Amino acid sequence: MSQFLITIVFIACAYFIGNLIENRHYSYIKEREKRFLNLPTVTTKDLPLAEEEIYEARLVYGSVVISVDYFKRILAGLRNIFGGEVSSYETLLDRGRREAILRMKESAKDAIGIVNLRLETSSIGQLANKRGSIGSVEILAYGTAIIPKRK
Amino acid sequence: MIITNIDYVPDKKIVEHYGIVMGSTVRAKHIGKDFIASLKNIVGGEIRGYTELLNEARKQAVERMVMQAKQLGANAIINVRFATSSITQGAAELYVYGTAVKVE
Repeated sequence: MSQFLITIVFIACAYFIGNLIENRHYSYIKEREKRFLNLPTVTTKDLPLAEEEIYEARLVYGSVVISVDYFKRILAGLRNIFGGEVSSYETLLDRGRREAILRMKESAKDAIGIVNLRLETSSIGQLANKRGSIGSVEILAYGTAIIPKRK
Repeated sequence: MIITNIDYVPDKKIVEHYGIVMGSTVRAKHIGKDFIASLKNIVGGEIRGYTELLNEARKQAVERMVMQAKQLGANAIINVRFATSSITQGAAELYVYGTAVKVE
């Protein structure tokens, strides 16, 4: 009985702390996304550039390793039985992608735009090779920053 | 060394192609950090230890690629791609490849 109670408390803790961390992360992401509204980031290979200026190109990247909490992992496990949309993992990947893109933009100082954005997802960590489980995912965003050269 | 992931270098003409260059590295983290990561798996969120590990490793892979390109006499690498794969538990391979070229 006591073992059962401990498990319940453990899951509840994971739920509350996990939610807290996620909400805080989302508000942090939104705050930073506002700062980069005027930095065009595209997946195409060219950007309309002014002819008279000379530009430099530099590879920029940002990455994040992010993990889901225990409660959501259980939810996803239940989902595996009935099938359907696993929304608990969707927020995880959404957070990760937005964070990775933000980090990439932060490393592109004085760029006027980023072209050819690519996103790469891989599952790493100790649970990575166990069947049917997502341990933690790494998300990498990379692209080419176009920087005007000062004369 | 100019590195881009587009197939040209802005405002520069490619004069010579040297073919593919690549760099890769396989990394594992020590047990202490793996333990912290497994704790982090309970509450979720970012695992900083792993982010740092992969960033360091990626930097090394890029350096190896750049070294290879320098040996060929190139001064730019275009069309760079990254790939990550986890080969065993707790170890990851980071791979980066591109085309070495000479620009004006």
